[in-house]
Amino acid sequence: MSSDRRLLLADEAIAQGALDAGLSGAYAYPGTPSTEILEYVQRQAPAGVHCEWSANEKTAYEEALGMAYAGKRALVAMKHVGLNVAADPFVNSAVTGVNGGLVVVAADDPSMHSSQNEQDSRFYADFALLPAVEPSSQQEAYAMTRHAFDLSEKMRVPVLLRLTTRLAHSRADVTPAAPRAQNALALPDDPRQFVLLPANARRNYAALLAKQPALRQAAENSDFNALTEGPDQSVGIVACGLAINYVREACDGAPCPHPILKIGQYPLPEELLRRLAEKCRTLLVIEDGMPFVEARLRGVLPHGWTIRGRLDGTLPYAGELTPENVARALGKPAAVVRAASALVVPRPPGLCAACPHTDSFLFVKEAMAEHPGGRVFSDIGCYALGALPPLEAIASCVDMGASITMAKGAADAGLRPAVAVIGDSTFTHSGMTGLLDAVYEKSPITLLILDNGTTGMTGGQISLGAGRLEAIVRGLGVEPQHLRVLEPLKKNHAANLKALREELAYQGVSVILSQRECIQTAKRR
Amino acid sequence: MRYDMIIAGVGGQGILSIATVIGQAVLERGWRLKQSEVHGMAQRGGAVETHLRIADGEIASDLVPKGRASLILALEPLEALRYLPWLAADGRVVANLATVENMAHYPDSAEVYAELRRLSGCLLFDAAELARQNGGAGAVNMAVLGAAASCLPLSVPALEAAITARFQRKGAAVVKGNLAVFRAAAKLAEAHAYN
Repeated sequence: MSSDRRLLLADEAIAQGALDAGLSGAYAYPGTPSTEILEYVQRQAPAGVHCEWSANEKTAYEEALGMAYAGKRALVAMKHVGLNVAADPFVNSAVTGVNGGLVVVAADDPSMHSSQNEQDSRFYADFALLPAVEPSSQQEAYAMTRHAFDLSEKMRVPVLLRLTTRLAHSRADVTPAAPRAQNALALPDDPRQFVLLPANARRNYAALLAKQPALRQAAENSDFNALTEGPDQSVGIVACGLAINYVREACDGAPCPHPILKIGQYPLPEELLRRLAEKCRTLLVIEDGMPFVEARLRGVLPHGWTIRGRLDGTLPYAGELTPENVARALGKPAAVVRAASALVVPRPPGLCAACPHTDSFLFVKEAMAEHPGGRVFSDIGCYALGALPPLEAIASCVDMGASITMAKGAADAGLRPAVAVIGDSTFTHSGMTGLLDAVYEKSPITLLILDNGTTGMTGGQISLGAGRLEAIVRGLGVEPQHLRVLEPLKKNHAANLKALREELAYQGVSVILSQRECIQTAKRR
Repeated sequence: MRYDMIIAGVGGQGILSIATVIGQAVLERGWRLKQSEVHGMAQRGGAVETHLRIADGEIASDLVPKGRASLILALEPLEALRYLPWLAADGRVVANLATVENMAHYPDSAEVYAELRRLSGCLLFDAAELARQNGGAGAVNMAVLGAAASCLPLSVPALEAAITARFQRKGAAVVKGNLAVFRAAAKLAEAHAYN
């Protein structure tokens, strides 16, 4: 075996694949399970390759699109819900097309290990009429990244690379290929390409539609889609992405007895599916995430075929694939295993010992105890753990930035006091615009920005507003006398409580900047 | 050759370091490996596990199927019990004695120990104390790895080389401390008769 073999997470294999494909810039906002992609580029990239964090997924996407406009290869990475934030540029970049290659990585999180939903990013690619690739292994993740850049430059569209948590955070030996050079700066030939005025957009959209047969043909011919024969035609298997591994595991080293279509590239290879259906009247679709292929297959095949998968309960609708649920779907007898211990109880995550957020929540809880009709709206970050015992201090955690805007909406409805709690990085990601709404309307809300100087939950990445939050809040128009800066420490509890009580009484926008460094980043220094 | 194991613990206990050391030794040996890790929210003091699969050929699933793990290596005793359905009939358990009681309703630790000791092939020991006595108080994870060394399909020198590689950038003293703890634990395990 090659001595150049290295152990890489699939996330890292994507990053190495991009670097070796001649990447000029990677863009991202941290989000589990995608964070390690940009972190790897930061560790490994040669000088001159862009690898700084962006404020959010939308800014990251647009920066990557700008690099692709300039003819160079760009990668933008995010978790699945990050693609919601970047959905506007994603869908519109299908209409502009690209100049240099643009690969969009979306890391989905079935089973919601670190997320608030299970959305499947393949629907986005389908919706935007863009091709997608989905690796089954770390080595394939590496190879697919270069393939995605090639496809992007050949077809002049962004390409989505979709993977799920299990692969993103699994490490295996990967052998890299020879690296190639970056593209030179080269502007688009047609000055109207990126100007989506209706007349241009209609023309571009027609061109995008005209590319669809070629994109489908690329999937039919792709090395990542493969139909393998099998003698037992009672059922044909469609295995997307890493599903093929669980099928092989269930066969325990023996060849799979059924015909099997492995899918790694979309749009759906309909001809390959029809060829499988010619052999088998029953098809079992195995995919990690939502029943994307399973639902579409009904439109590809005529009536009379039986399609099994997540929709008919052969596999559970919710949750990730496992060796056990795939073996069961294949009709394998369940292995006899030891019983679970009756002593085992869940161990949920919690705030670290000496976390500054705990001290903030303690004075928030005490102040709110005086206002049983009031509520604390919170946000995405470590402080969402403030929902769990013993703190049980928050009423919401929905999406990035929603604390401020939900507090404002609840205040509009008459709820008093309406309090929002958001972290510094989430505030600069998606909180600033909501605060402007509240400032404009002089909404009676009290906003606590828990400023620990970092993006904590994902491991302590840079927070772009660090050292500038006071200026940002003032610049958005918050009255200086209602901007308080305090330090969440036990010894300051009484003074902090007093400050919050005063601001809760104010019937306008108050902002309390509760500032103390994350205990994890402090430990590392 | 095929060897499946689960490394279990509480977020922040250093189970990824154990996996990194084993992974490095596997790579050097020329074998294949799949190592499924937990990153993100659970690392904040939640239950975390690494599924580690070693083979001299192709490995299919990133996850160890239930009933297939030859070893559960745990930095916390309740976390060893959590993965019992994955343990093979002839599998072994090497677990640290010290509990981490960071949640409500932690069971009686005596009952946890009793259930572990009823398993054939279980070594339950005070890894923290062993680490302290051998000059590497921070190397509890290397103590657990050392105690399991004889179960693994890798040689002690190969694991020691991987430990050296893993901790090199932290300086010679850290390497020395981790190696001392690893060796002392390996010795302790040698003297232990698996029931």
